[in-house]
Amino acid sequence: MSAAPLIEIEGLRVRFHGDDGRVTHAVDTIDLSVANGATLGIVGESGCGKSVTSLAIMGLLPKQSAEVTGAIRFDGFDLLQAPDQTLRDLRGNRLAMIFQEPMTSLNPSFTIGDQIIESILRHRGGSRKSARERAIELLRRVHIPSPERRIDEYPHKLSGGMRQRVMIAMALACDPRLLIADEPTTALDVTLQAQILELMRELKAASGAAIILITHDLGVVAEVCDEVAVMYAGEIVERAPVDELFAAPQHPYTVGLLGSIPRLDHRAEQLATIEGMVPNMAQPPSGCRFAARCPFVLEACTKAPPPLAEVGHGHLSRCIRAPLERLVS
Amino acid sequence: MALLEVDGLVKHFVAERSLLGRPRAHIKAVDGVSFSLEAGKTLALVGESGCGKSTVSRLVLRLIEPDAGRIRFEGRDLLALDASALRAFRRQAQIIFQDPYASLNPRMTVGQILTEPLALHDLLPATQRRQRVEELLRLVGLEPRLALRYPHEFSGGQRQRIAIARALAVEPKLIICDEPVSALDVSIRSQILNLLRELQDRLGLAYIFVSHDLAVVKHIADRVAVMNLGRIVETAEADALFAAPRHPYSRALLSAIPVPQPQAKRSTILLQGEMPSALNPPSGCRFHTRCPFVIDRCRREEPQLVADGTGHATACHRVAELPPPGAILPKGGGFSPALAKLVAAFSRKTEGADASGVGIQDASPPTM
Repeated sequence: MSAAPLIEIEGLRVRFHGDDGRVTHAVDTIDLSVANGATLGIVGESGCGKSVTSLAIMGLLPKQSAEVTGAIRFDGFDLLQAPDQTLRDLRGNRLAMIFQEPMTSLNPSFTIGDQIIESILRHRGGSRKSARERAIELLRRVHIPSPERRIDEYPHKLSGGMRQRVMIAMALACDPRLLIADEPTTALDVTLQAQILELMRELKAASGAAIILITHDLGVVAEVCDEVAVMYAGEIVERAPVDELFAAPQHPYTVGLLGSIPRLDHRAEQLATIEGMVPNMAQPPSGCRFAARCPFVLEACTKAPPPLAEVGHGHLSRCIRAPLERLVS
Repeated sequence: MALLEVDGLVKHFVAERSLLGRPRAHIKAVDGVSFSLEAGKTLALVGESGCGKSTVSRLVLRLIEPDAGRIRFEGRDLLALDASALRAFRRQAQIIFQDPYASLNPRMTVGQILTEPLALHDLLPATQRRQRVEELLRLVGLEPRLALRYPHEFSGGQRQRIAIARALAVEPKLIICDEPVSALDVSIRSQILNLLRELQDRLGLAYIFVSHDLAVVKHIADRVAVMNLGRIVETAEADALFAAPRHPYSRALLSAIPVPQPQAKRSTILLQGEMPSALNPPSGCRFHTRCPFVIDRCRREEPQLVADGTGHATACHRVAELPPPGAILPKGGGFSPALAKLVAAFSRKTEGADASGVGIQDASPPTM
């Protein structure tokens, strides 16, 4: 990691207060940083808090029910302290986001051109004519054929892959420094997914923007990320450079995940399974949150929450039994 | 004799009607599909959205009626069956759907859900049905006491187990699995895949496994048929297809799948352009608009599915001239010995007396 990260998240916690007085600990004390030009993957299963983390960075969580604490430093601001006006200036400008479902994130009653131009005018100003030219240029950059014509079409006329390209074009409208992509290819077919991932790599190389990629797909992580954070039950349980994570994972949950995916590159007779359930996040367990499902559990694991400790260069694991290799040697 | 033989299946849906109700445009969802399936084996239908794979699975059960073609189950012509014979056939063939949240009636208990097929087909005297329900639940790795619960009390993986138990209730020979694990998280997905395999070994079931996920297909299938725009473009034994895919579309599909191996050196084939619409499929070979090897003949003449001596069939004019597939799948992606041992610690049997994985959640399941 370089000396000055682009974004630094420290002790981020998100708690949701339900109408019935129940408090859900969605995200618990997360520390993360991303350097300029790097791609960080956040992986985990449904409900692990990965999307909530991204919404917290963007300041998009509902103020009434979500209690967000900690610090998110980006570009000289603490995003959690910044006034709404500052956030509005940052979002869509230096900070951009792509969502999973491109149909619900585009406004069906405006042409795609209107929607891109709106963002350019809001942040950059200038004339509508020059904004339109830039919008066409952006559509060309994301490889939309005949952008001069497509710019005046409505979202429903485009296929899923095209819509996701429009979303990316819109996110790139003001040359963001940080792009947050939340499951950007999950709703797409594999051949389209390959096109979009290639596009993201290409754009990153051209612009030098940093990317936070949120996904449940370890294959996608392996293809595009430099560093990976694995989340489980609201916490980061492991963080490592991508090669390290796949070669020598140091948290049992990561091991279980890697073993449970069917692979094209080698065949397993029986897939690994992670028995049991994700803990109830209204009352998270006092010790390690994975203890109830972990085959390597000790009594000490259930006593106190394990710290996220360094087990190798740049490799952190929230497991008191790491390094795991010694358990099987 | 094959358990199931499908020959020249065609289904066109009316997409648009004129003012007088005459059809004006058709979606050619399935356009001449043939395959056969042996008892106890798994045939996977793979392809991208809109390729017709789900339509085929519904045609095979006569949940929708084909426009042309023949379906034979154990030698009997399914399309000639009358209503009561069709109901009898449905004892032999069942289906599991993608969405376990939508395919179980929320107002029935699990016990009622599993009793219904028994009562419908009049399989057991009413007094023995409760016992059978308990057996079925144990078979899919759920505790028998859960029969009194309602579907909303279960997680997605558990609901899919209930759907599987319901399909098994009538002791079928064939189960159609339409994207059975696509809606599930990875760790749950592996439990269901292991369960489907175990049940196949134990009960001699045949599966038609419909999926867009080739890694899952490689894990579960004996034979694979790759579909594009209503037609099968390649079909072969799973090992042969994954070792050396022949059709340019199969190659592109395989090469597009991200592999969880960061250092993998492989050639990715990026298809250009969009998938054409089944409303107006391209002339000639339906893949020609996206194919990197297209020649003039492909635009004019539709290629036939031609099998070689090993039963590996490809529908491509240029199959003999294509370059070898190369490194589409990375080689030697195994786990290190230490990691393999660690992973093995997670490989307990999915079923048995130890019901640690099949309790009930105290909170409602998390949603995406």
